[in-house]
Amino acid sequence: MSAITVENLVVEYGDLRAVDRLDLDIASGEVYALLGENGAGKTSTIEVLEGLRTRTSGSVRVLGHDPADASRDLRDRIGIVLQSTGVERQITVAEAVALYGAVYRRPRPVGEVLELVGLGDRAEARCGTLSGGQRRRLDLALGIVGSPELLFLDEPTTGFDPSARRRAWELVDALRSDGMTVVLTTHYLDEAEHLADRVGVMSAGRLIVEGTPADLQRRSGRTLVSFRCGGGKDELAAATRLAETLGNRVRLVDGRIELLTAEVTAALHALTSWAVEQRVDIDSWSVAQPSLEQVFLDLVGGAEGE
Amino acid sequence: MSDRGTWPGVGALILTQVRHQVRLFLRVPIGLFFTIALPLIMLVVFNAVFGDSTVASPAGEWPTRQFYTGALAAFTAVSATYTNLANTVPVRREEGILKRWRSTPLPVPVLILGQMLGALVVAVLGALLLLIVGVLAYGLEVDAAALPNALLTFIVGVLSFAALGMAISSAVSSADSAPAVANATILPLAFISNIFIPLEDPPRWLDLLGDVFPLKPFAESFQASFHPIDPATTPDASALAVVALWGVLGAVAAVRTFRFDPTPGSVSSGRRRQRGRQRST
Repeated sequence: MSAITVENLVVEYGDLRAVDRLDLDIASGEVYALLGENGAGKTSTIEVLEGLRTRTSGSVRVLGHDPADASRDLRDRIGIVLQSTGVERQITVAEAVALYGAVYRRPRPVGEVLELVGLGDRAEARCGTLSGGQRRRLDLALGIVGSPELLFLDEPTTGFDPSARRRAWELVDALRSDGMTVVLTTHYLDEAEHLADRVGVMSAGRLIVEGTPADLQRRSGRTLVSFRCGGGKDELAAATRLAETLGNRVRLVDGRIELLTAEVTAALHALTSWAVEQRVDIDSWSVAQPSLEQVFLDLVGGAEGE
Repeated sequence: MSDRGTWPGVGALILTQVRHQVRLFLRVPIGLFFTIALPLIMLVVFNAVFGDSTVASPAGEWPTRQFYTGALAAFTAVSATYTNLANTVPVRREEGILKRWRSTPLPVPVLILGQMLGALVVAVLGALLLLIVGVLAYGLEVDAAALPNALLTFIVGVLSFAALGMAISSAVSSADSAPAVANATILPLAFISNIFIPLEDPPRWLDLLGDVFPLKPFAESFQASFHPIDPATTPDASALAVVALWGVLGAVAAVRTFRFDPTPGSVSSGRRRQRGRQRST
């Protein structure tokens, strides 16, 4: 059974098309991660699903409802953790959880919610005095206080230290085992890997890749090789041509040649051999895991090429 | 879905919201000062300065102290509703608090009504406090026969000013400018509405100007219930009609312009712009 079905979703802001003919199908009980750079259309998509943003066109069903109808039943059955929502600073953490819980049909007990998110020891603190990470945990608490069947998490661990992230992941794992459907957006590939049953990568408003984390990892399982090439323009051009035969996403960044390759040893061997033969000086080698941005670029480029 | 149990009752939801709003108000020292303490201080100062003088009225001379208590109680009620909502609603909008509420199953009318009724409760408490101090310290005479009229006038007034406060909160572009907008509208009005200093023989146009806006009709008809010689036991229908008309206009404007999200270009939408910039670097 689908928790969410999206067909041909378009969201436009004036001339800007933030979401471009998006199709999405998320099963009940699934944890789905939406990845993408800032501006890729993740937040716009999620806000349409939450009923907080008006779509330009397309069809959307969330738990059997059109979220644009803003039905009370739907809002009772979903939980929303946004980045852009605040909470009244003058009330305490426990007061906030009780206050927001009281509007749902099935509120969870305050103490239980605070324990789940790890705010048990801050129950009597005023919300205005919380640290950034604690505020995010309060956001999580208010997202789950209504016992939602479907939980939206918009970058839930941004600003968390590693141990807080680990706890947040444990929380999502616990919610998943309760049968909750979770849709999350994130910048962190490891977060998606750890949490998600399926991952969708958005770019320029479209879903360019979708699959299990293992799929995504396989597709982005490349290493970033970069180096600085001595000599003049001719040598640089020759090195670039060579790099293009050894990997893809070759680009020149600040005078360094970058390429993504699945076969690091062979690429390094070919490049050093060439450099020795041509008496070209190659220095400041770097061999590294590509950053998430580079993986995205790789995926975006791959999608455009297909 | 039936397995999720029953909805909380509307009455309980409203009550929770009103309690929440009053609790918020009581925990903000600056709001407490301007709304509750400042009119009390003015009452004390005005009585110390003008206490022995009298004010002429068609029904005869009355002591200034009697004049001030009613006017300042009315002004407290306006501070608690109009000024309070005009200041706090834009902050809630800008901090994403309204957006969070909108994502919950709380019905939107309950959210709006809760803020207005919370302000109304604060207005009642503030005005009562002033009247009690007036009675105990300055010999304010309260005629029981005039109390129903005072109460009616008070309720019409605070509801109208609460609606106007909600309306003006939508016109405020950012939380930073909210206090300026609230004060720039209400303070000049207070001066031409005989709140602080009773204007003796004002020019006709100033008198008329005061009559057109809701503060003077509200304050004067509320005061009239505390007139020492001839307290008004029935409402001043035309004055109340002016106040109510403003209230209805305010309510219509508030409903039509209420926003959950900050307007583009206000402070809190800067985060999105900032993220856009990060992307371009």
